Amino acid sequence: MALSPEEWSVIALSLKVSVVAVIACMPVAFALAWVLARGRSAALVLVDALVHLPLVLPPVVTGWLLLLAFGTNGPAGRWFADTLGVTFMFRWTGAALAAAIMALPLMVRTMRLSIEAVDRRLEQAARTLGASPARVFATITLPLALPGLLAGMVLGFARSLGEFGATITFVSNIPGETQTLPIAIYSALQVPGGETVVTRLSLIAVGLSLAALVVSEVLVRRSGHGKGSHGL
Amino acid sequence: MAFDLRVERRIGGRTIAVAFASEGGLTALFGPSGSGKTSILNMVAGLLRPDKGHITAGDTVLFDSAAGIDIAARHRRSGYVFQDNRLFPHLRVRDNLLYGWRAAPTGERWIDVDEASRFLGIGHLLDRWPRTLSGGEAQRVAIGRALLCAPRFLLMDEPLASLDRARREEILPVIERLRDELRVPILYVSHDRDEVARLATTVVPIE
Repeated sequence: MALSPEEWSVIALSLKVSVVAVIACMPVAFALAWVLARGRSAALVLVDALVHLPLVLPPVVTGWLLLLAFGTNGPAGRWFADTLGVTFMFRWTGAALAAAIMALPLMVRTMRLSIEAVDRRLEQAARTLGASPARVFATITLPLALPGLLAGMVLGFARSLGEFGATITFVSNIPGETQTLPIAIYSALQVPGGETVVTRLSLIAVGLSLAALVVSEVLVRRSGHGKGSHGL
Repeated sequence: MAFDLRVERRIGGRTIAVAFASEGGLTALFGPSGSGKTSILNMVAGLLRPDKGHITAGDTVLFDSAAGIDIAARHRRSGYVFQDNRLFPHLRVRDNLLYGWRAAPTGERWIDVDEASRFLGIGHLLDRWPRTLSGGEAQRVAIGRALLCAPRFLLMDEPLASLDRARREEILPVIERLRDELRVPILYVSHDRDEVARLATTVVPIE
């Protein structure tokens, strides 16, 4: 089935939004996962709850909160506009921001588990062998946690592709700018006779999501291959 | 003087306290399981901080609570052979062996990979992954990795405990040669009377 130029642009926009969302989310998610896995403060219970909030809040509430914070007059929105020259309102960057916020809990959860699974006794052994904290991190902790970190990224990517509620609340439905795949499907459903478009776009959504899950699984297996990291 | 220790550390509800001084050779900490022997090795390695006391190895003060000295684990240059070998599963044997060697100051290295491999009979294992090694092979690689980090002394925590009888007979002569040929001071933990009788220069009973 040949896709129309409009459908191609929807797919390209969705991929762009999701890739940017995951890349922007990655450092934040990793830092949070690290602190939650290794930190000892009692305040981490609160951090953990806040990180998970987008998972349980109605997405429309998340979108509204994003409007308040990152809108033209929101404190965060003003800061981004003044210091980085980035605005979010009615722009694809806003769709990426919404996708990143919604992907954050999944990414943090997956990465946290993989960091917690790293055997601390191997890190101790590396210290007795003269390794600095940075070297222990780069040569022991990071490689052993890597499969889970990659899986977290791919899961976050798949979640971003499917993001709908917070995005449409925050940046509305603008073809070519904020109309990602799920929003395009929703729009097509509102149009009489839009069923063919809905079917085609839905099949693509299924294909992309399946591909992301398969890639995640392959990455995990390849990282573990021959290195016994699952044998621990 | 090889080791000079006087340390105290509360763990859980009880206090581990030990004091001894030994000359060179192999100093065996001998006592039943759960008597805190491994904790003492961890204190010497810098992985566990004593509540008070002092630890001297050779002419280097590693820890002294009164003088405020506490050298970081990575600067103590202890060749620690763990009971569970703790080989890095994502690195081949060669990279495991080189892990500490790469961090060691060039002038302090006293053995290279070829010599260590020959000494331990592990030259044919260099390209293998740790999970493919037998228990005895893994333990010899762990000893090699410890020797290659340019250690001032070795810490060995029940290196024979996880091995069957035949494998023990494979490792015991290696430890004797470490003691007699390489003349590196060894602090050795064991609960096995025969093993201690065969290997120890000095025995320190731990209650």
